[in-house]
Amino acid sequence: MKKRRYKEKLAHLFLISMIIIILSSVFMMFYFIIFRGIKVINWQFLTQMPQKGMTAGGIFPAILGTLYLTIGAICFSLPLGTSAAIYLTEYAGQNRLIRIVRIGINNLAGVPSVVFGLFGLAIFVKFLNFGVSILSGSLTLGILVLPTIIRASEEALSAVPQSFREASLALGATKWQTIQKVVLPNSISGILTGSILSIGRAAGETAPILFTAATFYTMRLPNSIFSEVQTLPYHIYALLTEGTHPESQVPIAYGTALVLILLVLGLNLIAFTLRNRFRRSKKW
Amino acid sequence: MKGKFFLKEKIIRNIFLLSSLTSIFFLAGITLILFKEGLPLFREINLKEFLWGKSWYPTYDPPEFGVLPLIFGSLWITLGALIVAVPLGVSAAIYISELATPKIRNFLKLVIEMLTGIPSVIYGFLGIVVLGPWLQELLNLPVGLCSLTASLLLALMAIPTITSLSEEALFSVSKDYKEASCALGATKWETIIKVTVPAAFSGISTAVLLGMGRAIGETMTVLMVAGGAAVIPRSFLQPARPITATIALEMGEAVVGSSHYHALFSLACILFMVSLALNLTADYFLIKFRRTSQ
Repeated sequence: MKKRRYKEKLAHLFLISMIIIILSSVFMMFYFIIFRGIKVINWQFLTQMPQKGMTAGGIFPAILGTLYLTIGAICFSLPLGTSAAIYLTEYAGQNRLIRIVRIGINNLAGVPSVVFGLFGLAIFVKFLNFGVSILSGSLTLGILVLPTIIRASEEALSAVPQSFREASLALGATKWQTIQKVVLPNSISGILTGSILSIGRAAGETAPILFTAATFYTMRLPNSIFSEVQTLPYHIYALLTEGTHPESQVPIAYGTALVLILLVLGLNLIAFTLRNRFRRSKKW
Repeated sequence: MKGKFFLKEKIIRNIFLLSSLTSIFFLAGITLILFKEGLPLFREINLKEFLWGKSWYPTYDPPEFGVLPLIFGSLWITLGALIVAVPLGVSAAIYISELATPKIRNFLKLVIEMLTGIPSVIYGFLGIVVLGPWLQELLNLPVGLCSLTASLLLALMAIPTITSLSEEALFSVSKDYKEASCALGATKWETIIKVTVPAAFSGISTAVLLGMGRAIGETMTVLMVAGGAAVIPRSFLQPARPITATIALEMGEAVVGSSHYHALFSLACILFMVSLALNLTADYFLIKFRRTSQ
């Protein structure tokens, strides 16, 4: 009996030490980024152009570029993803086509991000001749986040009770009227949560935009959807791998990393708060 | 009036149907493009040379396109990542679902979710400026950027996937089983090891497979920290060059339509098929798990 209790304690200790390893790695990551990044961040850093061959100055073009790309991606994938989710939850029955669609969505979610980059390069940059541009990058990122948006929207739509739909249909509304006036208004916050999470994901992706949108050395801001852009994640990568003055460029990279992390985690935080609020206010 | 009404409904329905088909369309498009751009390579070299060739020198004259070192690089680093991530991730899942108090559970879940949100380039960045130099000093290595560094970072990236899915699987094991085991006099740990984990086994397998998929497809981290040497790695302390890193590194300089360009697309085909296979197997385990847990 004593031996069993001893074993029990040992196991508990083992699990806790595993948790501590994970927590301390996460803590270390944040520690380095926050404490080394905060030293370089100030108003000028956020609002100025890079200077002296990327060894001084700010990261304004990278912030703007990330903004443009993610907005473009969401403009493409939100309407498409939501409509797909509406079909899957509201119209589709259980048949072979729908099963194949679901398998397709699952597998699209598992495609490595660099493969999306190649697809974007072959289709948008070369075949449709958009060049390395905001448009190509946005479309590539849009396809990448599509499965996430479909799943989140589907979850939000199917959380609306069936009785709501039946009540609306019983009043003589058509299917589309029911979706438009009953289902969508009641699931909009869930759909929004999913989209915000997807924006966060798109903002941090690097591999898909390597050959479709990103550039390191540019001296002007993008002026159309066919311009190349600097982006935050690519800026970090380029500062470390293409930079020639590590002593002045690594601090800039720390600052950029902190901005990127704050952006992504900020978006996640907004999404979680929204979700919790939504869960609390809707009790059906 | 009525006819117009139904027509509108029908049109709207079909718009939604078309939208839902786009995912398959994109997946098919990706497959088609990869093969269309990859297959022309085999007009110049044969498949065996490609798959069994031990040297990858795409810019030499004549170029050599042996992908074995790259495949081994990917597998080696992924294996290393799994060795670290599976015990950590599954243990964390067991702790969260079986032992933690609700408050601690929510906190840990939040941390894990935060970990999912961190962009991969950040991991690579920390690998170069912190973990790499640190390992170099600690283990007295010639270079800090090697398979081990990449594996450790990939493990950290795979942990959220493994933990959250395993936790879900463990949590959904029926309470009756656990209570029956405890009623027979088993301790909590004995119940976990002999009842809960075996019952959730296929769910945990799904988690591990998806974590593996994440590690194999990861690009930026390995591109930055794996060291980049296209040789078959013999130990975790040597640099390696996985498939994803090769594509990301060389696509920028490959001339469109050259054999190098086609070779990179062929590499992407291999990567795509491996991740497809992993996903389909994971799906299979998931369906099996759902069936047995009901």
